Amino acid sequence: MNLPDPNQLIDQLAERIRPRLQPECALLGIHTGGVWVMEALVERLGVDLPRGVLDIAFYRDDFSRIGLHPEVKPSSIPFEVEGRHILLIDDVFYTGRTIRAAMNLVFDYGRPASIRLAVLVDRGGRELPLCPDYTGVKMDMEAGQNISLEQDEGGRLRLMMKQEAA
Amino acid sequence: MKILIRNGRVIDPASGLDAIQDIYVAAGRIVAMGQAPADFHANHEIDATGLVVAPGLVDLAVRLREPGLEYMATLESEMHAAAAGGITSLACPPDTDPPLDEPGLIEMLKFRAKNSPGPRVYPIGALTWKLKGERLTEMGELHEAGCVAFSQADTPMANTQVMLRALEYASTFDLPVWLRPQDAYLGKDGVVHDGVVSARLGLPAIPVPAETVALQTIILLVRETGARVHFCRLSSRAGVDMVRKAKADGLPITCDVAIHHVHLTEMDVADFNSNCHVEPPFRSQRDRDALRQAIKDGVIDAICSDHAPVDDDAKEKPFQESEPGITGVELLLPLTLKWAREAGLGLADALATITSKPADILGVDAGRLAVGRPADLCLFEPDATWTVSEKSLRSLGKNSPFLGHELQGRVRYTVIDGHIDYKAN
Amino acid sequence: MSRNLQLTEDGKLRHLLTLDGLPARILTQILDTAESFVSIGDREVKKVPLLRGKAVFNLFFENSTRTRTTFEIAAKRLSADVFNLNIATSATNKGETLLDTVANLSAMQADMFVVRHASSGAPHLIARHVAPHISVVNAGDGRCAHPTQGLLDMFTIRHYKGGFHNLRVAIVGDVLHSRVARSQIHALTTLGCPEVRVVAPRTLLPRDVESMGVHVHHTMETGIKDVDVIIMLRLQNERMQGDLLPSAGEYYKHWGLTPEKMKLAKPDAIVMHPGPMNRGVEIDSDVADGKHSVILPQVTFGIAVRMAVMSMVAGSGA
Repeated sequence: MNLPDPNQLIDQLAERIRPRLQPECALLGIHTGGVWVMEALVERLGVDLPRGVLDIAFYRDDFSRIGLHPEVKPSSIPFEVEGRHILLIDDVFYTGRTIRAAMNLVFDYGRPASIRLAVLVDRGGRELPLCPDYTGVKMDMEAGQNISLEQDEGGRLRLMMKQEAA
Repeated sequence: MKILIRNGRVIDPASGLDAIQDIYVAAGRIVAMGQAPADFHANHEIDATGLVVAPGLVDLAVRLREPGLEYMATLESEMHAAAAGGITSLACPPDTDPPLDEPGLIEMLKFRAKNSPGPRVYPIGALTWKLKGERLTEMGELHEAGCVAFSQADTPMANTQVMLRALEYASTFDLPVWLRPQDAYLGKDGVVHDGVVSARLGLPAIPVPAETVALQTIILLVRETGARVHFCRLSSRAGVDMVRKAKADGLPITCDVAIHHVHLTEMDVADFNSNCHVEPPFRSQRDRDALRQAIKDGVIDAICSDHAPVDDDAKEKPFQESEPGITGVELLLPLTLKWAREAGLGLADALATITSKPADILGVDAGRLAVGRPADLCLFEPDATWTVSEKSLRSLGKNSPFLGHELQGRVRYTVIDGHIDYKAN
Repeated sequence: MSRNLQLTEDGKLRHLLTLDGLPARILTQILDTAESFVSIGDREVKKVPLLRGKAVFNLFFENSTRTRTTFEIAAKRLSADVFNLNIATSATNKGETLLDTVANLSAMQADMFVVRHASSGAPHLIARHVAPHISVVNAGDGRCAHPTQGLLDMFTIRHYKGGFHNLRVAIVGDVLHSRVARSQIHALTTLGCPEVRVVAPRTLLPRDVESMGVHVHHTMETGIKDVDVIIMLRLQNERMQGDLLPSAGEYYKHWGLTPEKMKLAKPDAIVMHPGPMNRGVEIDSDVADGKHSVILPQVTFGIAVRMAVMSMVAGSGA
């Protein structure tokens, strides 16, 4: 499968998001890929919106199966969440569980006015009644396939596909 | 009962005999060695090919837990375990409940032991009433009832005046006093050696001076009184040096060590294994090496099991709350053989420390193979290996730090007073 | 064995019993994870759902309201259900053995035991006997270990000093009876601190304390000279007069930390104390409340460190 160039996808995402931006908007990127996408989007949008970083390790629903992630990063939301319009950003949308965890995390900081979701890739396979508001590309992938966003040493983004061992 | 023991390697440490020979037993005695006596018709023959035929083991400290401590083990179970360990004579320390401080208790113990199969039992009487270190016991009466020596067991004696008088009184009857050198205050409430492990684990410690201060006091009192003293369970290099010097000065003293102290050190406690909770505590490797050397030199006369069966409830506690003691009658032989192999010592020299030498300390006719002597024998397979496990131990006490260890040397037959008391499956 | 007992086969933290023998990798992971929990205290909702539905039993065979409370806060911030059992006053008085008590509580579907006990090694004993899904966290055993206190002290040092590799640390006071000191010494030596000193009269030091990798000093004049960190230990009341020390006054004069003695340390030295303090016995109020003191931040960090430990051991059965 030929994978799309994430930079083009981010360009398209930025164009779709731009008309809906409001002054009281804030961005939250989900660690790690979502943060890269957020930084790239901010560059393209050319606006200085408040933004933060979420690490959802403490909110995962599979903790009792896989334990605590060995490298947890602190979440950082350097703005008041109460009453804010929040745009949540992640790289890949799959089951929806990450987004569920991220929303719970956000609510522990306060009650936002709204939350919308932007993702680079919607790979299909959702297990919760959630779907992105802004999508770079929709792809239908099989369960054993894994797509992820990677950043090389020069800071360039690219999508990588892996086949999980059966 | 007439028994012919055929073709075994007969080792008598006391005489130096080490030869393939037949032994003829009748009416509880050895009636001939080598040549069959005239008209000898055996009721029973033992083929001892490949086995060592040694004097039965003489163990200077076996707790049968009677009277009073039957929840830990019973006289029957421990007598059987001792026989399975090749032991044919044993001394019982007085730390029962109540302690062995009255002739009636001694008579009862002797009676119980006599009516139960197993080794000959020699009670050690309490030196002071209730082992409290205050009032002397009726040593004359206790001796008549069957006590071969007097002791404080593991209870230290704080009052040196009482100690002096106890030694004087015992020596009036020419009775030996057995003492484990232990100061009443130093290391009180301690559970491990005062060394690297106590520093690391924060367990209350017993310093070496707890042993040496007491040793020095007793040695000075022996010098004064001429009383015969046997030191029990030396644990330290400094203690060994003091005994070496006192012996060189010609004092009437002897001493023993517990077999587990010959093998283990404070490091074995490092995972809070309560089976390593023992009195005196395991000390440093230097101390252990000094003990080993001292047995080789003869400064330490005998090795004993210091058998102390303890029930699981009393051991499955945090280390410092657990009951001290190690079950040992079944490990005395293999652990002594292990030490001898490691020390490069021959079988006869090794066996002397658990047969003829302790018999001399006990002052009984045991530990020797000769015509006319009691037929107390231990037949063992020196190279057979077995694994120590709760199942393989016959003692009701499973409290051994050697659980899971593979040991070499297995008892096949134990003959006591001319009867086969134990036969391995 | 205690080493293996604490780690799963794939090297995750299974129980926290002692810092003795835990690899630097694990200590650092605990400190890093705690870093993420510190900020949760500043949020509107000071909780994360990590241990939701898990039952944490605080088994305190020895009373300690302070330590129990910090564990309780930590467990509640992880959304666990917390049950406090003050066993010092209940079961063992009825003759129940330690292992019976543990078996009973295990039958109540416990997931974690936080254990405080007066005997060294008691948490090890419990850890050897619990079901595979139950974790044990040592909240102080005898004189042996107080690993979460040791870890929160490391967190505090790292927070103020950036690391351990160039530090001189002095631990002052009753090392002999101190589980806190033992845990601190193991952690500091494991994390690469080049010079750990203990400062005390000889009656308050274990005989072979050097074998733990520390330098022994008997006076404050040499002991805290040019140090970056001073850790004061609590002197128990019952030890102030007797055969260990003649009087609290003499102790304060020689080993108490005063503003005057502070001048011996580096100008930017920090002062720590595991609490509760005896002002005027081991530490002067002007030092305890002064600019070098980080005693209150220690308490705050303690909650994050305990959250990190509890979430790591609770997830290790996976």
